[in-house]
Amino acid sequence: MEKIIKGRAFVLGDNIDTDQIIPAEHLVYSLSDPEEAKNYGRFALSGVPLNQSGLPKGGIPFVEENQYLTKYQIIIGGSNFGCGSSREHAPFALQVAGAKAIVAESYARIFYRNCVDGGFVVPYETLEKLNDKIETGDQLELDLNENILRNLSKNETYKLRPLGDILPIIEAGNIFEYARQNNMI
Amino acid sequence: MGMTITEKIMAKSSGKKRVEPGESIWLNVDVLMTHDVCGPPTIEIWKREFGDKAKIWDKDKLVIFPDHYIFTKNPQANRNVNILREFASEYNVPNYYDVGTDRYKGVCHIALAEEGYNLPGTVLFGTDSHTCTSGAFGMFSTGVGNTDAAFILGTGKIWEKVPESLKFIFEGNMPEYLTAKDLILMILGDITTDGGTYKALEFDGEAIFSMQMDERMTLTNMAIEAGAMNGIIKADEITEKYVRERTDKPYEIFESDPDAKYRETYRYQVNKIEPLVAKPHSPDNRDTVRNVAGRKLTKCYIGSCTGGKLTDFYNAAKIIFGNEVKVPTFVVPGSTYVARQLEVETINGITLKEIFEKAGCVVAQSSCAACLGGPVDTVGRATDGEVVISTTNRNFPGRMGSKKSEVYLASPLTVAASAITGFITDPREFL
Ligand code: SF4
Repeated sequence: MEKIIKGRAFVLGDNIDTDQIIPAEHLVYSLSDPEEAKNYGRFALSGVPLNQSGLPKGGIPFVEENQYLTKYQIIIGGSNFGCGSSREHAPFALQVAGAKAIVAESYARIFYRNCVDGGFVVPYETLEKLNDKIETGDQLELDLNENILRNLSKNETYKLRPLGDILPIIEAGNIFEYARQNNMI
Repeated sequence: MGMTITEKIMAKSSGKKRVEPGESIWLNVDVLMTHDVCGPPTIEIWKREFGDKAKIWDKDKLVIFPDHYIFTKNPQANRNVNILREFASEYNVPNYYDVGTDRYKGVCHIALAEEGYNLPGTVLFGTDSHTCTSGAFGMFSTGVGNTDAAFILGTGKIWEKVPESLKFIFEGNMPEYLTAKDLILMILGDITTDGGTYKALEFDGEAIFSMQMDERMTLTNMAIEAGAMNGIIKADEITEKYVRERTDKPYEIFESDPDAKYRETYRYQVNKIEPLVAKPHSPDNRDTVRNVAGRKLTKCYIGSCTGGKLTDFYNAAKIIFGNEVKVPTFVVPGSTYVARQLEVETINGITLKEIFEKAGCVVAQSSCAACLGGPVDTVGRATDGEVVISTTNRNFPGRMGSKKSEVYLASPLTVAASAITGFITDPREFL
């Protein structure tokens, strides 16, 4: 897996729930049919009120209308990211849209597990509040070796909480790969 | 240093002597539960990952309840139930409770208790965030996504991070106007919707142990509303009696050591707590019923895994007895067992069901129904502009069917008092 994730920042506020990440009305698409599943990318983060979408200015959709891929690879959140239902479609939608990682102060447990075990996106926790320091569009570099986030646009570096016990699962790709590599299945 | 009840159960399940909060461990799962919404994708992932070798790790430990979107014409929803049905017959799943048969049970979390799957000291995972409900039986239970459930389905194992514990002690005797629902709304107002993230909420105190099992389940059910991993209440004689009436499977009772470590301990005197509501649009948006009394309603709803148990209906019927409801009021039993009991339990010689029907309530079939909105033909669903008071557990925008509705969460006593006035009403006016 990539140890350095490069991309642009997409900044969100606190308490981004799974309905904002993928509204319930879109849960009808197949997760396994690649053509149909593209719709999850199209509607990723479409439940976020537009003025809260792409901070600090807001008004920036994560995926532009009738597009399936985002221009932003690293999502910067606040606290309690992914709260709400246990729907795995949420981290899946972010992955399908092209997001690679999330950096947030804290996560709701089930969402966090789903990110890791399904191998959808890398969820990093920040030690400090970052969604008021980073701006949507900033060029970022996430370093999994050093557990730091570099903001190339602002020439700043932020320390992240090491991934710890979940790192081997992330490195393997998902929980099934991890288990196969360790002869558990 | 001592251990909490949650730590002890996790240690036992992982084959360790002791575990520490923050540590990731592999647990051996005693029961995996799934339902019609998350069961089909779980089965799909399981088949994809295990291929031709796909084998259920232990058929007796898999329990499947269709309960969410079942009484509907919606084709995708019906397709989901069909997938479960075919899976159960192809793999000979003994614990499949098919809708449309006399095995049908109703809402999964209530049915798990009633069918004897909740056993003190055991570990239960489910593909539903309210799986924490089972913690009322002194066991570890929590919700997971489809990938994790598929992994359990094939291996019987899953990793989990040992949570820190928060303790909530409720002292004193429950006044007649209070229910478990008021206590959990109190906690949610204090610690908010992320105050329990990755933590265990442990409930203690004489007020808790005076409650019947179904009231205790209201507390553990809403642990997830604080973001918690699990809610837990140690087993006592009431628990053992309930369990022994339903199963002879073995179990083991654990309790927290006196010197166990808690991140925080909260103490409440129950006689100082008033009837409470959660205002739109969050379960932690707490207020007293007194402060919001007089708000005009368009609908009342008594049901779900939180507020659709026998004690909930008994409490509601006490107030509704001899009155008529002023707004459409839906009574949705959480399980088919509860539904049958509504025709058995009486107040002054009249069955609860008759009390509700005479008052003009709609008594519906047991299922999740409008608790989570559901397809458009779901009974009791909220529509645009409605103001609803409900015994359910979530009032996020759109949860009961319309983003343009307002939902207040309250106890069955408060909902019943409000139903007979048409305005949010303090139940003390009728007790
Ligand atoms: S009754 Fe409501 S909260 Fe309970 S399982 Fe069903 S949808 Fe979920």
